[in-house]
Amino acid sequence: MEAASLPAGLELVAGGGVGLSPEKRAVLGSSLLLLQRDYRFERVWFWGCIQGVRGAYYIAEGLGPDRAAPRSRLYSLNCVEWNLLPPATKEMVAQAEQLKGRFQGDPSFEYANPEINAEDAEGLIEDGKELLIKEEARLVATIEQIDRAVGIIPRGAFVKTPLGSVHENRNFEGLSLTEAKKLSSYFHFTEPVNLKNKTLLEKADLDPSTDFLDSLEHDVPQGSWTVQLEKGGTVVVLRSLLWLGLTFYHVPMTKQYGYVYFGTGEKNLDLPFML
Amino acid sequence: ERGHGPYQPHEPGYGLYQPGYSPYDDQMPDLNSQKLAIENAKAYLLESSTVSGLNLYDHLANMLTKILDERPTNAVDIIENISKDVKWAQFQKKMDTLRDEHEILPAFEAAEKRKALFLRANGEGAEELEEDIGETPLPNVMETAFYFEQAGIGLSKDESYHIFLALKNLVTVHPIQTCRFWGKILGLEMNYIIAEVQYRDGEEEEEEEAEEEEVTEEGEKGMGELEEEDEDEEKEKDEPPKSTYKPPPVIPKEGNGTGANKYVYFVCNEPGKPWVKLPPVTPAQIVCARKIKKFFTGRLDAPVVSFPPFPGNEANYLRAQIARISAGTQISPIGFYQFAEEEGDEDEDGGREIYEENPDFQPLSVAEMVDSLSSWVHHVQSILMQGRCVWLNPIQKSEEEEDEDDEDEEKEEESEELQQEVGPPLLTPLSEDEGIQNIPAWTAQPSTNLIPHHAAAILQSNRWPGAYAFASGRNFDNIYFGWGHKYSPENHSPALPPPVQAEYPSGPEITETTDPTVEEEQAFKAAQEKALAGGEEEEEEEEEAAEDDEEEDDD
Repeated sequence: MEAASLPAGLELVAGGGVGLSPEKRAVLGSSLLLLQRDYRFERVWFWGCIQGVRGAYYIAEGLGPDRAAPRSRLYSLNCVEWNLLPPATKEMVAQAEQLKGRFQGDPSFEYANPEINAEDAEGLIEDGKELLIKEEARLVATIEQIDRAVGIIPRGAFVKTPLGSVHENRNFEGLSLTEAKKLSSYFHFTEPVNLKNKTLLEKADLDPSTDFLDSLEHDVPQGSWTVQLEKGGTVVVLRSLLWLGLTFYHVPMTKQYGYVYFGTGEKNLDLPFML
Repeated sequence: ERGHGPYQPHEPGYGLYQPGYSPYDDQMPDLNSQKLAIENAKAYLLESSTVSGLNLYDHLANMLTKILDERPTNAVDIIENISKDVKWAQFQKKMDTLRDEHEILPAFEAAEKRKALFLRANGEGAEELEEDIGETPLPNVMETAFYFEQAGIGLSKDESYHIFLALKNLVTVHPIQTCRFWGKILGLEMNYIIAEVQYRDGEEEEEEEAEEEEVTEEGEKGMGELEEEDEDEEKEKDEPPKSTYKPPPVIPKEGNGTGANKYVYFVCNEPGKPWVKLPPVTPAQIVCARKIKKFFTGRLDAPVVSFPPFPGNEANYLRAQIARISAGTQISPIGFYQFAEEEGDEDEDGGREIYEENPDFQPLSVAEMVDSLSSWVHHVQSILMQGRCVWLNPIQKSEEEEDEDDEDEEKEEESEELQQEVGPPLLTPLSEDEGIQNIPAWTAQPSTNLIPHHAAAILQSNRWPGAYAFASGRNFDNIYFGWGHKYSPENHSPALPPPVQAEYPSGPEITETTDPTVEEEQAFKAAQEKALAGGEEEEEEEEEAAEDDEEEDDD
C-alpha cells in the first residue's frame, strides 16, 4: 500500500489479526519518506512483512515514472535501515520454488538443497555456481512470486497511455459497491498472461486504456480469493488463499485501496484440498 | 473578419492586407452572411443526437462550466474523461434515488446492529451496574489488545471495542463464571469471533437438560419407526444374512467441564450478531479433524465434505479445531498456576487435572521470559491420540454388550493390544515441545528492542501459526488470529481409502478359483462326450445283450 496511506490502510486490513506495532508504524512514516528521497522514487509502497523463525523482514517497493516497470525492492530487519534487493531472475525463482519451510530471519542463511544435486549438479558445476541458496535470493524470489500471483489493483485505477507507460488514473473515483464485490473488477498488477485468450466478443467490450491486465475471474483454482465486507460493510477486503496473508482492501466510491502481505512467505499448496 | 493580424512592422505581410484589399476578400462573406454562417453552425451544434438525445452545444457548455468551476490541473490531458463524466452525470439523475437505496442497505443494517451494541449498555440501567461492579467475568479486552498491539498483533481498535461490547452482552445473557476472548478464525464467506466461557456450577445442567430432552424426543420418534420396521421384517421369512461386522467401539466424549470439553465456546460472525453456542466435541471428531484440512466457510451449518468423512458439520469441525489449538498453544508463565494441594494423589490414569492460581506468583523479568522457553507452561491438557485428554479403555465400557455375544477370547486379545495412552502432564514447560524439522515450536521476542523497560514478552507458535501469547509482569494472555490450521512443511496428503473388505472368509467350504477358460471348457466337454459315447456303446452292448437274452428267452 502507498506509504502515504499507511495509517488508514493498516486499520482497514487489521481484520486478519496481524499488523504492525505502534513502534514500527511510527518509524515507517519517516523511513519510507527518506527512502523516497534517497532513491528518487516517485512512489513508495509498503509491501508487507515476512515472518521468519528468528526475525521478520519488512519489505518496501519503489516505483518510477512507469508504474508497470519492474519495481525496486528493499528489505529491512527493523524498518530503519533498508537494503536494496537484487532484481529477480528466472533461475532464482526456479530454485526458490524447490525450497520448503519457513524463512529463518537471517538474510545470509544458506539453504543446503539436496534435491538440486542429482539433476542439475552437472550443469551447475560447469557454471561454477554454488549449490547453496541464500535466504536473500529466496526472499527476492518469493516477493516476485507473490507480486506476480496475487498483487492486485482495482479496475480503472491505472491507465495505459498510448506510448505504453502506465500511470495512475486521476479520474478513478473508486468502484461502486456492486462492482467491488465482483472478482472481475480487480486486476493482477503484472504482465498479463490471459489477455490474448479472451474471445473476440469479450475483447470488444474492453477499454484498452484501463483493461490491459488480467482480471481475477479466471484464477486457478476457482475460489482462491475470499471477498468480504468488513467494518459494517464499508470496506471490501480480499484475501488470497494461495498465499495466506495477502490482504487487499478498498473502500468503495473512494480512491483508497492497497494490498499488503503479512505472513510466512510460503505458498499454500494444499489449497485444492482445503476448498 | 480580418483573419490574421494585426501584423507587426517587422513581420512579412505588414501593410499588405488592408481591409478590402486582401487576396481572400472575394471569398470572405460580408457581415450578414457571416451571421448566417454562425447561426447555421450553432444550429448544427444544437442538433440533438438520435441515439442519446444530447446535443453537442449543451454538452460543450456543461463541460466548460465544469472545467471552469473545478479548475483541474492539466485539463487538456484529461479532457476526454471530463467529457465522459459529464455525459454520465446526465444519466445518473434519473436513477439516483432508486440506486442509492439498494446499494447502501447492507451497510445500514450492519451499522444498526453495531449501534445496538452501544445502546444496550445504556439501556439496561444503572441498577445492574452497581451489582456487577464488584466482580464481573468480563475480561478487559482493550487491555489485552493493547499488549498484543505492542507486538503488531490484533484487530483494529474499533473492532476490539465492538467485541468488548458483544462479550458484555454474552455475559449478561448467560450465567457465566469466566469469559475470555479466545480469538478470531477467518473463513471464506464470513469470519468467526470466538469466546471461551465457563458456566457457573449448576447453571450449565439446566441448559443441557433442555437440549437433551429435545434430542431424546427425536430419538424416540426414530426408535418408534424402527420398531415398526423390525416387526415388518420379522413377518418376512426370507431375511438376508445379518452381517457379523462389529464397528469399533465408539469412544465416549468427555463430560462437560472436564478434559477437552472443559470450556464452552460461543461464536458469532460479527460483533452485534447473536452468539451461538458450539456443541461439545467428541473424540471421533478430533481424530478426524487431525486428518483433514479444510477452510471454514463462515456458516455453522455448512457440511464438511472430506475424506475420511467428518462426523458433523462446520460447527463440530470448528469446535474440534478450537480444542486442538487450545490444547497445543494455551500457555502461561511458570508459577502462575499451581496444582491444588488437595489433589495430592495422582489418579490411575496419571496427571492431575485441576489447577488454581498461585497467590504467591512472582513474575519473571521480560528477558527471562524471552530467553528460555522453560519459563512458560501449558495450562490446558493435551489431547491424546484417542481424542480425549484422559485415556479411556473402550473395552471396559462395552462389557454389558459383550455378555450377549460371549466373545471372551476376543475381549482378552483387544485389551492386550490397546495400551494406555499417556500424554505430557499438565503444566509442562514449553521447552519440552517438539519442533517441526529444524524449527522450534515457539518463537520468542520482546515486543520492542528500543525500550526494554516496558517491553512485553511475546511468543508466537510455529506449530499453529496464528497463536500468540504475551506476558508483562502479572499480565498474560493467549489469543489466536488465523485460519485455524496446523503448520506442516510437507504438503497435506489426504488419507487413502481403506482396502476393499473381504466379502466372506475364504475357507475350504468357499474358495474362489478362476473360471475355466474356453479351451478348458471345450476340452472338458469333448472328454465328457467321449465318456458318454463310451457309455452309450456299453449300454448298446448291454441292450443288445439284453435283447439277445430276451430273444433267447423267447425261444
